[in-house]
Amino acid sequence: MSTASATRTAPRHRKPRKQLDHAQRMRRTGWLLSAPAVLIMLAVAIAPLVDAAWLSLFHKRLTTPDANSFAGLSNYWVVLKDPLWWTDVWTTLALTVLTVSVEFVIGFGLAQLMQRALYLRRTLRTIVLIPYGIVTVVSAYAWRYAFDPSTGFVNDWFGTDVAWFDHRWTALFVIALSEIWKTTPFMSLLLLGGLIQVSPDVHEAARVDGAGPWQRLTRVTLPIMKQAILVALLFRTMDAFRIFDSVFVMTGGANDTETVSFLAYRQLVSRTALGLGSAISVLLFACVLLIAFLFIKLFRTDVSKLGSPT
Amino acid sequence: MPRRHGLLAVALALVASVVVGCGGGGSGPPELNWYVPPDNGAYQKLADRCSRASGGAYRVKVSVLPTDASGQREQLVRRLAAKDSSIDVMALDPVYVPEFAEARFLRPFTAAEAPTLTDGMLSSAVESSEWRGRLVAAPFRANTQLLWYRKSVAAEAGLDLTRPIGWDDLITAAEKTHKTVAVPAKRYEGLTVWVNGLVTGAGGAIVRDVEKGVDLKPALREGGAGKRAAEVMRRLGRSSAAPANLATSIEDDTRTVFQSGSGGFMINWTYARGAAAEAVAGGQLSREVLDDYGWARYPQTDPDKPSKPPFGGISLGVSRYGKHAAEAVSAVRCAGTLENQITYMLESKETTARAAAYDDPGVRAALPMAGLIKESLDQAGPRPRTPYYNDVSASVQREYHPPADVDPNSAPRATDDLITGVLHDKVLL
Repeated sequence: MSTASATRTAPRHRKPRKQLDHAQRMRRTGWLLSAPAVLIMLAVAIAPLVDAAWLSLFHKRLTTPDANSFAGLSNYWVVLKDPLWWTDVWTTLALTVLTVSVEFVIGFGLAQLMQRALYLRRTLRTIVLIPYGIVTVVSAYAWRYAFDPSTGFVNDWFGTDVAWFDHRWTALFVIALSEIWKTTPFMSLLLLGGLIQVSPDVHEAARVDGAGPWQRLTRVTLPIMKQAILVALLFRTMDAFRIFDSVFVMTGGANDTETVSFLAYRQLVSRTALGLGSAISVLLFACVLLIAFLFIKLFRTDVSKLGSPT
Repeated sequence: MPRRHGLLAVALALVASVVVGCGGGGSGPPELNWYVPPDNGAYQKLADRCSRASGGAYRVKVSVLPTDASGQREQLVRRLAAKDSSIDVMALDPVYVPEFAEARFLRPFTAAEAPTLTDGMLSSAVESSEWRGRLVAAPFRANTQLLWYRKSVAAEAGLDLTRPIGWDDLITAAEKTHKTVAVPAKRYEGLTVWVNGLVTGAGGAIVRDVEKGVDLKPALREGGAGKRAAEVMRRLGRSSAAPANLATSIEDDTRTVFQSGSGGFMINWTYARGAAAEAVAGGQLSREVLDDYGWARYPQTDPDKPSKPPFGGISLGVSRYGKHAAEAVSAVRCAGTLENQITYMLESKETTARAAAYDDPGVRAALPMAGLIKESLDQAGPRPRTPYYNDVSASVQREYHPPADVDPNSAPRATDDLITGVLHDKVLL
């Protein structure tokens, strides 16, 4: 209103008003153009989430249609007071911390290698990416057969006699190893994107100022790569927290190797207990949101600026 | 311009192919979709025979389910919960028949249809196809587990396997000869089969009063049967007779171990020797190993009680949501005729629910252990018949795994409590 009255009394302000109208029109066009995508996003992402939250309020099984009833928040209470939930949360966290840390270190090394390689750079990048291109279930089977005492070669190679999948920590070790092997390329690719942003001139200037290799890494390279590191760690952490396939194939969740996703799978798909399973899914979603929130707070980064040049 | 014409032609061709694809099957006899477990092609041959026998009334198409029983159940439940009309007939593990019937996924057979599907079938197979007094699936395959042994190892151990043998004797013999007792003992459905075999062999049951639904009575702590089962599992798990992969092995893994140099004894379904014969024909296994295969009745849990061999198999259910129920019933009837059952049995190396097939000379020649199989099926110990079988089974798997760590003093009580909690949505599984 004030803008309109101002333009009436002061004709010389017509130009800004035109610009505003143009900006509004552009914004409206923008909304119209993105509306189908927004609607599809709402349909495929938000609707199932709302549905899961609604289902989590019921005692409901798919195969006993006559025995369903309203449960309120009791499903959440059952989940949160069950030691199995907490065992699975700690298992998932242990796997997440272990795999993401190792992947970050190896991935950073590989990114450096890919950036600095003078010859066969494309070939090197392709080779590094091969494990990431393999379907997780397939790679999980390969690792399972490799470590299985009756079919595998690992015990022969190292002269050991370990039933790897019979014990919690050895099984988790193999699962973590397969995850690291599988997703380090993804980490290195994201880090390579950040590494490319570090101009050689900045390094040169630091060198002239007398900075050593360690100082150049910690004071120049890593701070400039901060946003790329956030993206890499955030993506991998959220991904690692949802780990499912490797556990499913290698141990089926036995010997306390079960993860939160596996727990949700068993309630929802195997038991068809939709209420309890949905409650776990909602809690899993909350955990992933919490991880994203913590990362952004930790790195003090404005996510809306991610990807823009520093 | 020519390029545009080319693109237009491609687009038209695509549209036409989609239209033709959608319209396919509109004419001709209805196509029945059978969902079956993976096999060596015998289901397809049976389907073709029944298609021909229908005289053009229907055609049978085979769709393959996952390998293990739990995976088969999951896929069928997902499809049927969505009222998928593409399923006409489904091959069901008998333990899931009550659950599918209770969920109203199955079309029960009418009083007129039932006798034609059950006459001449083994009583254990008929019982496992019924729910609440009605025939909800048709008996098709009946299966049991046998004790498979290497004749050379049994001779070395001095075991007389013409007489009943107990689990303890078996483990001792394997220890003595430095060989293994291979049992499917991964944390999966096969583990429940083992626990149930041990518990029923000790005169107990995993659950009782199944007709009470979620209020059924867990019974592993009753009479010491659950404890005895745990003792046997723990003993094998901690014995030198345990294969290195005991806690992660499924049926095929046990065969691998049994056929290896450390193989001594194996608990497995009836197809084990047929599969070995196919491996010999394919050049993957030496003839000497097959010639060394011996078989005996499932081991006793208690020396003074006869063993209760596990009962398995396949029942054929007609989907409530299929569009061709009458034709589906007719196809199921076709699959169960004596002639088709004998042919299927010889082709698939699986065993049948039709009693007379075991007396057929061709079957006797191909399956020298046919008499033992029939006797085992007649005296088999079925697994719990409840719509909540999957929950009961998963509870057992959680407390009775890995075999080496099962505590005979706490496992039965812990499993009973877990079953009660799980069925009432009080605990997670």
